[in-house]
Amino acid sequence: METLGHLAHGFSVAFTPVNLLWCLLGTTLGTAIGVLPGLGPALTIALLLPITYQVAPEASFILFAGIYYGAMYGGSTTSILLNTPGESATIVTALEGNRMARSGRGGAALATSAIGSFVAGTIGTMGVAFLAPVVVKFALAFGPAEYFSLMVLAFITVSAVLGSSSVRGLTSLFAGFVIGMIGVDLQTGQPRFTFGMSELLDGVDVIIAAVGLFAVGETLYMASRRYAGKDEIVPLKGSLYMTKVEWGRSWKPWLRGAAIGFPIGAMPAGGAEIPTFLSYAIEKKLSKHKEEFGTVGAIEGVAGPEAANNASAAGVLVPMLTLGLPTSATAAIMLSAFQSYGINPGPLLLTTQGDLVWGLIASLFIANVILVILNLPLIGLWVRLLKIPAPQLYAGILVFATVGTYGISQSPIDLVILYLLGAAGFLMRRFDFPTAPVIIGMILGPLAETQFRRAMTISNGDWSVFYTHKLSLTLLTLAFIGLAGPHIWAFIEHRRRRGPEHVPGDA
Amino acid sequence: MSTSDQQAAPPRLAVPELLIGVGLLACAGAVAWQTLAIPVSPLYSKVGPTVFPYLTMVGLVVLSLLLILAALRGGWQPEEEKETPTDWKAMGFVVIGLLANLLLIQPLGFTAASIIMFVLVCYGFGSKRTLRDAVLGLILALAAYFGFARALGVNIGAGFIENQLNTVIDAFIGMLRG
Repeated sequence: METLGHLAHGFSVAFTPVNLLWCLLGTTLGTAIGVLPGLGPALTIALLLPITYQVAPEASFILFAGIYYGAMYGGSTTSILLNTPGESATIVTALEGNRMARSGRGGAALATSAIGSFVAGTIGTMGVAFLAPVVVKFALAFGPAEYFSLMVLAFITVSAVLGSSSVRGLTSLFAGFVIGMIGVDLQTGQPRFTFGMSELLDGVDVIIAAVGLFAVGETLYMASRRYAGKDEIVPLKGSLYMTKVEWGRSWKPWLRGAAIGFPIGAMPAGGAEIPTFLSYAIEKKLSKHKEEFGTVGAIEGVAGPEAANNASAAGVLVPMLTLGLPTSATAAIMLSAFQSYGINPGPLLLTTQGDLVWGLIASLFIANVILVILNLPLIGLWVRLLKIPAPQLYAGILVFATVGTYGISQSPIDLVILYLLGAAGFLMRRFDFPTAPVIIGMILGPLAETQFRRAMTISNGDWSVFYTHKLSLTLLTLAFIGLAGPHIWAFIEHRRRRGPEHVPGDA
Repeated sequence: MSTSDQQAAPPRLAVPELLIGVGLLACAGAVAWQTLAIPVSPLYSKVGPTVFPYLTMVGLVVLSLLLILAALRGGWQPEEEKETPTDWKAMGFVVIGLLANLLLIQPLGFTAASIIMFVLVCYGFGSKRTLRDAVLGLILALAAYFGFARALGVNIGAGFIENQLNTVIDAFIGMLRG
């Protein structure tokens, strides 16, 4: 019951007028960027990172958390009305949600996704509050070797297990490692990968990397794909108040979605794809209205995945706050915000920065309440945002990209790096390389290296620490299974079917 | 991805994917070159600053070889990506807009460079009302300069438009103070 006391204290931090205003600002901004195609929470939080030099940590993390949660709510509006999933997490919502909108039940789809997000987000935030102290107790036993192995496991899951191809995911991750290593090596003071340029001694700023990959790359990609045809906005029809039947069909999927989403998000694997797809499959199986799936749109297929998405977004905060282990691009950028305050997220965070952590968790509860208000009665406002024409939207994104990057150092070199990363982001988007592992690799790579070198220094250069410590060995074994398991499985399946064909494109 | 298709047409070499694989191999080469350039103090001979770079290089070499292999087997582009022709003209205007911004931001200042970029990018995306776009670009750039940059305490550097406005604002504030 210690947790409840901490939470009460957290609410006293979050309920100050200033922090409530930050929460309102964050959730509003988050919803807006979630609705707008081409903008996401990772990019927005990256652009706002300089705020960490201006305000107290509590304020900026309440703002960032509001953006993070808000983008999840806003994203579902876009996938329901426009059928353009802004991020992988809302692909499933678009499946049924857009069909519902087309058959005149857009209001119910938006309502079930907003209320479902609220229910699951609240359950998920409660999960964070109660699970975090437990994980901390467990994590206090971790040494550098265990941390390194845990990071290896996270690397494998975010790049190789999730996504369409392990080779391309790992390529993105390793590209992130290279970017992360640019600059002065903190332990020896040696410059690395600077190509003799003094501008690179400080390394590549995460703002530049995120803006290059997500804003410039995305703009180039959208420009190149103008022949692909446009998605039409489905006009919002149907009452925003759900009928009794719709409530009856929604509440169980919400709870199931939360139950699936939170644990998967809280694992050092993260990712919203698996829980949302899993929830969709389960709801389709359990539904009494199977005929609506894929035709007029089934409300269960919106309620479940939307809940799973928000619960897993909350779950991602557990490894981030307790282990300093980000498993999504947004979490990685939030981690760099901690670093900018000189705070190291990890098991000690809950005790040394109690105000910050519990204030943040309390503000997440408040954010959920604000968001359900912002996204139901005020939905019309957000629908209007969808009508911003693409030319001005993308040109505007580039203007803000310039402010965010050129403003850091006023060096045109930064713009050159930004555009080079933008070109890389375009190619990655065009050739189906995931971009999130780049950001995770560049933030988490140097931390993994530090733990690795620490472990090796303690063991006097003996590599066996990584496999003689039981916990470390377990984590590495899990990572190996994650990497090799699907291939071995496919091979066995392939043998069993005795098909001589190979599957190209399975890189 | 039906199997009969695959058997009928043997997979062909996919050139763009091959170029990506080769490019990545070249990146691994650059990593190796830069790693060799890291001076290693004998004090850190066990796990110095080069161990991770070497591991990364090995990883990149293996991955690029796997990508090249996949390219030789027909590549991995989804069909819908292949079928949609690239709009080179639109992309070209976006690239020109970005380059203009890069070249003009120091001599002209942020706002002026942003307007030019804004207009070029809008044109690339198919907007035909250039004058309106220029006005929109001006408003947005000023909003970004005075709202975003000043609120965040980011110093973006002033050009002639910003200087004029700053003079006006300072004069205004001076007037208010009497």
